[in-house]
Amino acid sequence: MTTALAPPPPAPPAVPVATGLGRPASSRVAETGVWIGIGAISMTFAALTSALVVRASDAPDWHHLHLPALLYINTLVLLGSSLTLETGRRHPGRAPLALSLTTILGGLFVMGQVIAWRQLMTQEIGGPSSAFFYVLTALHAAHVLGGMSGLVYVRHRMRAGVVSFVPYNAASLYWHFMAVLWLYLLTLLTLRG
Amino acid sequence: MFSVDHKVIGRQYLDLALVAVFTGMVLSWLMRFHLGWPDTPIPGLGKIAPGGAAGGVMTPEYYLALMTMHGTIMVFFVLTTAPFAGFGNFLLPIQVGAEDMAFPRINMMSFWVTLVAFLVLVAAFFVGDQPPLSGWTAYAPLSAVGKDAGPGQGWGQTLWAISIGIFCIAQLLGSLNFIATTLDLRTRGMSLARMPMATWAWFITAVIALVAFAVLMPACILLILDRVAGTSFFIPGGLVISDQLQPHTGGSPLLWQHLFWFFGHPEVYVAILPGFGIVSQILPVFARKPLLGPKVFIACLAAIAFLSYTVWGHHMFLSGMNPFSATLFSVPTLVITIPAAIVTLLWIGTIYGARLRFTSASLFALGFVSVFVSGGISGFFLAQPSTDIYLHGTYFVVAHFHFVMGVAAMFGIFAGTYFWFPKMFGRMMSETLGKWHFWLTFIGVYCIFMPMHYLGLAGNVRRYSAFTDDYLQPLIPLHRFITIAALVTGAAQLIFLYNLIRSRLRGPQAPDNPWEATTLEWSTSSPPPHDNFGGRRPVVTQGPNEYAVAGPGGRDYIMQAESR
Ligand code: HEM
Ligand SMILES: [Cu+2]
Repeated sequence: MTTALAPPPPAPPAVPVATGLGRPASSRVAETGVWIGIGAISMTFAALTSALVVRASDAPDWHHLHLPALLYINTLVLLGSSLTLETGRRHPGRAPLALSLTTILGGLFVMGQVIAWRQLMTQEIGGPSSAFFYVLTALHAAHVLGGMSGLVYVRHRMRAGVVSFVPYNAASLYWHFMAVLWLYLLTLLTLRG
Repeated sequence: MFSVDHKVIGRQYLDLALVAVFTGMVLSWLMRFHLGWPDTPIPGLGKIAPGGAAGGVMTPEYYLALMTMHGTIMVFFVLTTAPFAGFGNFLLPIQVGAEDMAFPRINMMSFWVTLVAFLVLVAAFFVGDQPPLSGWTAYAPLSAVGKDAGPGQGWGQTLWAISIGIFCIAQLLGSLNFIATTLDLRTRGMSLARMPMATWAWFITAVIALVAFAVLMPACILLILDRVAGTSFFIPGGLVISDQLQPHTGGSPLLWQHLFWFFGHPEVYVAILPGFGIVSQILPVFARKPLLGPKVFIACLAAIAFLSYTVWGHHMFLSGMNPFSATLFSVPTLVITIPAAIVTLLWIGTIYGARLRFTSASLFALGFVSVFVSGGISGFFLAQPSTDIYLHGTYFVVAHFHFVMGVAAMFGIFAGTYFWFPKMFGRMMSETLGKWHFWLTFIGVYCIFMPMHYLGLAGNVRRYSAFTDDYLQPLIPLHRFITIAALVTGAAQLIFLYNLIRSRLRGPQAPDNPWEATTLEWSTSSPPPHDNFGGRRPVVTQGPNEYAVAGPGGRDYIMQAESR
């Protein structure tokens, strides 16, 4: 289970659950959790970005990377998966299918990243720029895998007959963030890597 | 055991902190003994550490290893786990009127991951030649190059980096829960303005911790890679260590310091802000007066949280820094003393003119204020680069951070324990033993840490295992005095331990609200039922500070879930 998709707490029996903002708690808390997670993940990648910038400045051993072209295909796959997930949100009937498709596309993305890794290893550039490449992409892929287990969990709940778009929306938020984060990393690696 | 109940998890965190704090204390005894009597063997130590202390006299390297483990255990596994994760877990959901944390399973994971981190760290005692010796700050490049950097810098340092990386993940999971619970699970009527001060403090601490640990975690990953994968993030080229040319190029040792202290300074506030909250909640109860300026208090917490991210460079004045940047870090460091001073004035204003009820809890809360002020004042001297250049490498800094962070946070933990123990276990602690514990500890810590300011001013360097230079010889008697004080004060903690165990087994039954306090945890049973309020959720009608008022039944207080 990922941070993104913890189940909302069970509603208490007698008194309706109220929050400071007057909306039922269960409808908000999953999404709040994802937003907090997004904050923390952003900080992590901001720290790595600053490390990259510091390390790259006047380093004689910094070689510019030639990013494997496969990365652009992977990008399309990841963006496509965001699209499938969004379709399911617009058309609730197709939600289970959308979840499965998105999970598969997510898996393809991670596999593609692994292949891109291998291509880069054969380039034998080495040095700090490729080290940053590996760290950034691996950390991102780990978070995508976390998101995939979240999608599987939401799918599982739908099969169990729980008709609620609360976890679906929270999972979508996280998933779209993964796409945005990847676009950012790709830009960073292209410009500074 | 694998409970998702926040109350169980909170107690598990506190139990872990108890084990950790006694471990850390024993390590400090060993160090202090060696500093006082560097040539005298410590009985038994030679058997436990044949490599590091053959015949019972420790090597300088082993001294540094004990110091590193002491600092790491205390900062991470005591001062972070107890006041924040321990008390926060047990109390925050109850204080906001929730049945549990927002994500109970993630909460459970957070504890077990913390425990794994602790075990990995402690493993450094048993794996490899000895524990690491680069201090709780693990400065690169010595922490990054591996075993050439000395004993313990092979396996030991790797375990350290893995342990802290894991710890970061655990605290991120914990902070996520604290924030989401505070934002979304408050019961009806519990507006932000009505939240108890301790809840505010845990909430703001969680925000700080979320950002800080999210930065330390990748830093640890880079450190591990430098050690095991041959990368050069933190190791410069052409570095020769132990006559070995290190096969690295172009890395930046300062980069580690920046990442570490960007985490490190906020971390000291993670350690202390829960204490602020605990004290602000306890003092009004025993002064029978509302806290002075609760809104100002919250504003100060927020200001400290923000400023804590702008001051990290004050740990690096001596690391090679452009004088302009030094000023840039010095100014916010001085500014951050303003909210801290305001909070202190609020506490003093709260107890001013009050007829205080002296209990173990209120004594430790007062002691907190005392040691925090004592430690804060030395901060002014360290905040100016001109004076810090002299003081940075001396015992003056040791005195500063032990008072302001170590002892103050410990007093917060003690105050919280005496205050909430009845709620947690349904039994009262012994007040007589508590007061003995307080006075011995209070006098003890001043005897230990006050003279260290003098040592520092006299030029006594820190992180040395023995003081053999001529100019340090005259200071040895003072070191012996400190060592004796440390041993006595440490022994006094056994009173606390005895009180904890005895009260848990045989303490008198605790009423629901023994201290006549107002917050929600006191309107449920002691200990609270599994869902905290027995199937009902309280509806809050009052703020947490309704003391010295005409309450129902002739009481001088109104509880938060009670109508006027
Ligand atoms: C009153 C406001 C404070 C000021 C102006 C201040 C200033 C400083 C400065 C300038 C240093 C660096 C000294 C050096 O290494 O040369 C320092 C070290 C330290 N401070 Fe503070 N500080 C303040 C409050 C605190 C608080 C509230 C805590 C903890 C709760 C704390 C914990 C520490 C620690 C742990 C270190 C030493 C780190 C190390 O080198 O191992 N300080 N302080
Ligand atoms: Cu600091």
